[in-house]
Amino acid sequence: MPNIRTVAVAMSGGVDSSTVAAMLCAQGYNVVGLTMQLWNQRRLAGHRGMPNEPVQGRCCSLDDVYDARRVAETLGIPYYVVNQEERFEHDVVRPFVEEYLSGRTPIPCSLCNNHLKFDQLLVTARQIGAELLATGHYARNEYDERSGRWILKRPADRAKDQTYFLFGLSQEQLSRTLFPLGEMRKPDVREEAKRAGLRLFEKPDSQEICFVPGGDYKMFLDAYLEEQGEGLPDTAGELVTTSGEVVGEHSGIHNFTVGQRKGLGVATGSPLYVLEIRGDKRQVVVGSGDELYSRTLRAKRLNWIAVEELREASRVQAKIRHRHEPASAVVEKNGDDEVLVTFDDPQRAITPGQAVVFYDGDVVVGGGWIV
Amino acid sequence: MHRVYLDNNATTPLLPEVFEAMRPYFFEKFGNASSIHQQGQQARAAVEHAREQVAGLLNCRPAEIVFTSGGTEGDNLALFGLAKPGEHVITSAVEHHAVLNTCKRLEEMGCSVTYLPVDGRALVDPDDVRRALRPQTKVISIILANNETGVLQPVKEIAKIAVEADVYLHTDAVQAAGKLGLDVKEIGCDLLTISGHKIHGPQGTGALYVGKGTLLQPLLYGGRHERSRRAGTENLPGIVGLGKAAEIAREGFSDGSVERMAALRDRLEKGIVEAVEQIGVNSGDALRVPNTTNIYFDCIEGEAMVIALDLKGLSVSTGAACSSGAIEPSHVLTAMGLSADRARASIRFSLGKQNTGEDVEFALSLVPEVVSRLRELSPLWKKAVSHQPSALS
Repeated sequence: MPNIRTVAVAMSGGVDSSTVAAMLCAQGYNVVGLTMQLWNQRRLAGHRGMPNEPVQGRCCSLDDVYDARRVAETLGIPYYVVNQEERFEHDVVRPFVEEYLSGRTPIPCSLCNNHLKFDQLLVTARQIGAELLATGHYARNEYDERSGRWILKRPADRAKDQTYFLFGLSQEQLSRTLFPLGEMRKPDVREEAKRAGLRLFEKPDSQEICFVPGGDYKMFLDAYLEEQGEGLPDTAGELVTTSGEVVGEHSGIHNFTVGQRKGLGVATGSPLYVLEIRGDKRQVVVGSGDELYSRTLRAKRLNWIAVEELREASRVQAKIRHRHEPASAVVEKNGDDEVLVTFDDPQRAITPGQAVVFYDGDVVVGGGWIV
Repeated sequence: MHRVYLDNNATTPLLPEVFEAMRPYFFEKFGNASSIHQQGQQARAAVEHAREQVAGLLNCRPAEIVFTSGGTEGDNLALFGLAKPGEHVITSAVEHHAVLNTCKRLEEMGCSVTYLPVDGRALVDPDDVRRALRPQTKVISIILANNETGVLQPVKEIAKIAVEADVYLHTDAVQAAGKLGLDVKEIGCDLLTISGHKIHGPQGTGALYVGKGTLLQPLLYGGRHERSRRAGTENLPGIVGLGKAAEIAREGFSDGSVERMAALRDRLEKGIVEAVEQIGVNSGDALRVPNTTNIYFDCIEGEAMVIALDLKGLSVSTGAACSSGAIEPSHVLTAMGLSADRARASIRFSLGKQNTGEDVEFALSLVPEVVSRLRELSPLWKKAVSHQPSALS
């Protein structure tokens, strides 16, 4: 491998990516800081229930760019903001909206990683002379001599594990990516930031979807579609039980997600949960908590990391949402670009639109999108 | 690292002579030009001397010069100062944002505004100006030299129309000053904006020429500074610097420095056009100021090219400094008919009087190499090349 010394760091203005920049500087890399401007936080201000002033401290807010720029100044590295608003809207925001309108529950972070961070930003990094891109994700990657493949592994700090959002990475992308925080724990990262003289070492972690203020996605959908001149489509319909009995009505399928209990507007003796959303029929299927458990799922649009492709049924641990402890399952091919996953024990609230990621211990085997 | 600065339309380096002229006014000659005492008189004398120097550059009377904080203020003062609700303003689609956004605000305040289109060279058609005239038309504002492409608008012809129609003509000459002779009588405008830092003067300074008899509502209220057209204690060192920069800019037309800059720009433009395929000069076949060339490089992302060049020591820009970080491709380039992709693939090189032949050679040594690297990694380029096998042979 050539002696690669120039690395671009995807800087969000948070502690993690800032620390990555500091660590790589200390290791002697020639570091270039890049921030993607993805969404204009002022854009929907004042639309349909959105606050008139953008919520502070969000991704792509001026504050975050300011923080990232200050870190770059402190470290004495060149720093640039790259505008990717158009692509972000096309590849992340629009699909996010469409998914909800079709009755699924999307994860924009994975789309952003696939289409923006590890695609467009990596291209930009290479175009400006950096062969590697480093990010503040908690994950590990390494070249596996035996299989001849780049593999993705869970990080040392299991509580911060972000591999679930990274299952879409290609071999090429993994080979050009550095995850310097893979072996670190969050408190160590803050300590490192402090040691490097970064004033933001105590800055709180961001939690929500970066372009949805306050986490209120319904308000976002409403405001965005109004801005687009489309308006929320009418997807109101029936609440039905698994046996087909109509037990009520709902105001629109985008208001629901599988496993949801609140806001159904039906009073029954025992608590009711959303079991399924039938987008084509505008039906929301409800039932008891027990009915929420299921042993199988199907997934499409797959990406394999540890293996070239899935040849035979394999025993894995499968993770079906960000906050889900991977559960033992068998994954097997189910036609072209589709797998069937059968869990040993039934899992609660398997949700179409979310990703399923397959692990073999610490190693990410691959993943796909639940249908 | 060796650095070459070719972004002089964003700002120019302060000339040492200008700084030397300013220096005493930060220290021993610190007075307030409105004061009665000696320090005040000294300051007043310096401000009025600077006014004469600026008037000399524009061939107007010193009393017709209003000092401002820069080009943006000059444009704002001209337009807000003239147009009242119910009145009509004519401008173009390729103005600087200091004019465009002022016009948008005027619309919110009850004015109507016509934004004239431009042709493929980014030129306004004077006949369009004539056709846009209404009984309520109060002012026409057309940029003299465009900040992105350097193209020169037919302002003299438009001035004749303005005179016939008895409406005011303002021109934003921020990018023209120091690059071509600015004689307000010859141009025939009533108001003209210049900025200090585009002519090797200090940032935060500028002037608005307001022809005699032009009644202007001020933006700032307070004391009777600048003949009650712009309240506020004069920016003494800044005004002195602007005056000196104006004087030097005027000399540039006779001492050969403008011609030298023009030759360097031509060398740079020719060199790039010869060395790189699938490119073109925006407004290349129109009259332009002699320091600017704006070139599209198909299938590249202008933003990435600016960064790549910056990391190698060359400072250029994708367009107006103010547009950087904005999502929309340049309004100037799209107004002249460039596709959004081509507008985003456009790079502005703008020279200043400090630039040398070596600077140009340095740029020529970098640009082709950087463009090939960008294209090598561009999915668009791969597609374009595969569709045009002849481009490879």
